[in-house]
Amino acid sequence: MSTKRVETAEKYVGRPIDRLDGAAKTTGEARFAAEHRFPGLAHAALVHAAIPRGRVIAVDDAAARAVPGVIDVLTHENAPAMKPARKPSMMDISSMVSGTSVNYLATDEVHWNGQPMAVVVAETPEAARYAASLVRLTYQELPARVDFAAEEPNAVPQKSSMIFEAKADKGDAIAALAAAPASVDLRFTTPPHSHNAIEPHATIAVWDGDRLTVHEGSQGLAWMRKHLSFRFGVPEQGIRMLSPFVGGGFGGKGSVWAGTLLAVLAARATGRPVRLALTREGVYHTVGGRTPSTQRVALGARADGAMTALVHTSVSRTGRVGGGPESITSASRHLYAAENIHLRQNIVELDLLPNTFMRAPGESIGTFGLESAVDELAWELGMDPIELRRRNEPERDPVSGVPFAHRMLREAYELGAERFGWSERVPEAGAMRDGRWLVGMGVATAYHPSMRMMAHVAVRLSADGGVVVRCGFHEMGMGAATAQAQIAADELGVPLEAVRVEYGDTDLPPGPIAGGSTQTASVAASLIDACAKLKRSVHALARRAPGSPLRGRRLEELTARDGGLHHAGGGETYAEILTRAGRDHLETETKAGTLGFMVRMLRDRRRYVKAASGAHFCEVRVDRDTGEVRVSRWLGVFDIGRVINAKTAASQLRGGIVMGIGLALTEETQIDHRTGRVVNASLADYHVPVHADVPHIDVHCLDDPDPTMPLGLVGVGEVGITGVGAAVANAVRHATGKRVLDLPITLDKLL
Amino acid sequence: MKPFAYVKLADVDAAVHAVAAGSGAKFLGGGTNLVDLMREGIEHPDTVVDVTGLPLDEVDELPGGGLRIGALVRNSALAADRRVRAGYPVLSQAILAGASAQLRNMATVGGNLLQRTRCRYFYDQAAACNKREPGAGCDALDGFTRSHAILGVSESCIAAHPSDMCVALAALDAVVEVRSVRGTRRIPLADFHLLPGDTPQVETALEADELITAVELPAAPFAARSRYRKVRDRASYAFALVSVAAALEVRDGAVAQVRLALGGVAAKPWRAHEAERLLLGGPATEEAFGRAADAELAAATVRPGNAFKVGLARATITATLRDLSTEEETA
Repeated sequence: MSTKRVETAEKYVGRPIDRLDGAAKTTGEARFAAEHRFPGLAHAALVHAAIPRGRVIAVDDAAARAVPGVIDVLTHENAPAMKPARKPSMMDISSMVSGTSVNYLATDEVHWNGQPMAVVVAETPEAARYAASLVRLTYQELPARVDFAAEEPNAVPQKSSMIFEAKADKGDAIAALAAAPASVDLRFTTPPHSHNAIEPHATIAVWDGDRLTVHEGSQGLAWMRKHLSFRFGVPEQGIRMLSPFVGGGFGGKGSVWAGTLLAVLAARATGRPVRLALTREGVYHTVGGRTPSTQRVALGARADGAMTALVHTSVSRTGRVGGGPESITSASRHLYAAENIHLRQNIVELDLLPNTFMRAPGESIGTFGLESAVDELAWELGMDPIELRRRNEPERDPVSGVPFAHRMLREAYELGAERFGWSERVPEAGAMRDGRWLVGMGVATAYHPSMRMMAHVAVRLSADGGVVVRCGFHEMGMGAATAQAQIAADELGVPLEAVRVEYGDTDLPPGPIAGGSTQTASVAASLIDACAKLKRSVHALARRAPGSPLRGRRLEELTARDGGLHHAGGGETYAEILTRAGRDHLETETKAGTLGFMVRMLRDRRRYVKAASGAHFCEVRVDRDTGEVRVSRWLGVFDIGRVINAKTAASQLRGGIVMGIGLALTEETQIDHRTGRVVNASLADYHVPVHADVPHIDVHCLDDPDPTMPLGLVGVGEVGITGVGAAVANAVRHATGKRVLDLPITLDKLL
Repeated sequence: MKPFAYVKLADVDAAVHAVAAGSGAKFLGGGTNLVDLMREGIEHPDTVVDVTGLPLDEVDELPGGGLRIGALVRNSALAADRRVRAGYPVLSQAILAGASAQLRNMATVGGNLLQRTRCRYFYDQAAACNKREPGAGCDALDGFTRSHAILGVSESCIAAHPSDMCVALAALDAVVEVRSVRGTRRIPLADFHLLPGDTPQVETALEADELITAVELPAAPFAARSRYRKVRDRASYAFALVSVAAALEVRDGAVAQVRLALGGVAAKPWRAHEAERLLLGGPATEEAFGRAADAELAAATVRPGNAFKVGLARATITATLRDLSTEEETA
């Protein structure tokens, strides 16, 4: 950090502190969005389209309106109009949080199977839902393209943007591949996935004239508020969004989806506060998920394992009405010192609910292809897969030649191999047995780029010694607020109990989006700045004060500890300084300018390649009769820079690995190839891992600060899931001799 | 959910009369399936008659051996019953392989028999389904068929029966006792569930006004050596892709007694009569088990999405019988 800092005696950063919101959540005291109550609260339910594309030519809502308690049935025939969504532009980031471009209830057009076409508002949720089931829509169907497998060959090259690069070339990888003494050339497929946060999306919208209050679990309050302001034509300052608790998001609560807009619209149309809590099925039909993909990964190497060619191409899909590219080949750009590299991403647009951010979009599935192929190359060469990776570990970023900000993959593998007992692995496939089980061990590399976003943070220091940190960031259960409290306590040298963190509210200074593993570092950078400013203000009060032990002292001589500023010969508490100065409190706010921030970020990207990374070690058991796969042991060794909270960081990584086990073995959003309808729209049929599918997961963090990041910390939300699919596939390959290229690795692929 | 009247009665005759009186009335047990179906608008009774207060929640020993299981015994209680665990372990294992602890605590034995298929095309009102709407067609035929049937299917319907418990009951020659205003009758479990044919909406031999009062297990000493093997897509809380309920007695290397039933492969718990016939008296070898499985599965009708079930069923049958036979040798 270039900012001049007062020395602090670190006490809390790094420790496994319990989550500050833990007690409220475990006792049920926490109120999630759908749990708030208002006088006159009405309840809304959606009517979903049953065709993939076409028009609604008739609405029969007579039976629905006859249900006792129904207040209104809103359709394109009678609903007040919203403004259409703006075209997504990097210049206005709030335009990027449009889940879809559809102007709900202002159009009779159906763009995907499950699109909300009507909203029923009633006195009870039961009446709303029953009435919604009675609304009859008559359609004129149009031809629709919904089958990714069939349409995938029609994909077109993805355009590169300021943030996402769609291709890379170094040398001539195609020619090098053909000439390579050893090579693999594999085609992978991955299915669509859904987030399945435990809290289904819910919105409560309350209008008071042109003022609007919205309760909703959100990962992007500031951008969503701006989006709502535009769509409903009211001033941003008149909208307050509250999101103190979010029951999981995983990217699914980072955009404005139909439920949010329609709750606000229904509240405006009926003049009532409206609660719209999606059914689980409703989440599948209205909130996008992860794109499916096809990938080709081809690797060429010399006999000693040195890679001569790395080819990774992908096809993903978006919706015709939104969605975006996912960085499927991103890890292939940074992981191996291949002499020649060829990366391409392609896109096909379909008549489906658009894709959206889902935990490590791109990297989660891209690393499945890449890291499976690297493992297969190791088999081809008869080489240990860790040794093959070690031999191809680059000194600088392979494509750009830019230095790594921090890179400890060699150390991660070395330590992991030791802790996991990798040396006990018999190299031959199918050689390890335990009764009816075939045992296999696999490794794969985890990788996720590291970025920062803007965050405005205010810190208030009161004469009673209390500290309040205020920032509209998001706590989705990952311990974000606890981490910031630890940082504030250390920066100011106060007890953790003295710090209160306010978040999840647009009345606070705007925070970053909770996405891309950026939130903790982004808030921390501004928080550290704000604390530094605050200490300067405190120092300014004390250094000329007669009688102060700090009188005449320079700031550089002082340490923030024991609730005040101290030097070797003495010191004073903040309370004493403020009281003497007759000040009730001091407050500072760090505001980042958009343009300057973007310029610095882009400049930084040209100077360093930054990432979180790690090594996954996986042991599986495969039933020799039935092909059932059980993950029996897991170790992840991660380089996430400095660890802020050992407990919550490990928990985040573990959660990523659990989600990755789902990606590897069970998860698939089944979309009917004829109708585009999500078929398994329930938690009984969409198989996330259950407890019995998840072994003890050992997580180890190298805990070495990244010198280019605030406090040396690197975001940890997404790296955990990357590489997991490949680690499982590679262990299955070792157990059975079978290379599974198509996720999920269900037992029929091993029979 | 369509509004409905709710009645809870404490007397079997009163409950039976209440349902007989109203054309749109249904019995409600634990509600673990019926309530879901009502929420989805697939079942829409005018009246539900809650039978959980009826005195049908005991497991009694029958004179001459066997057990009589009251229809309202909770699934978890039946699985934990010492007599079941010792005499019919296949039944206890089957129940514990199903659903979740919470659901098993609610679900009744009678209700379990009446579970409806979990075919997603049956549940989704936007899809065509002959079972939900006779004559509408079947979207499952060319859709996702991973969980669908391969035996006894028709062009009208390929839905699979979801119960684990019933597979064990099929292997154990259970008999279902039912009561209506017309009196009591007994239906062998083998005849209780029906194959789809052209009428997939008719799923059981039960009349609309009949109440299941008990399930009887005949004496079967060999069933003390029995097991249930369930193969599914995750370790718990998933329906069977294929399951096998088996009991085996081997004497001098030959099969002296065998009972075999399959789950996840048909619209009913599938008693493998053909395999049993081939096995009885023959050698208890893995090869013989495989041949018997092949014979049972020869009539399978598969779709691209469920073709793997033939091989999976063969492997699971063979492995289960192998494990039972090797257990016996070492016993």
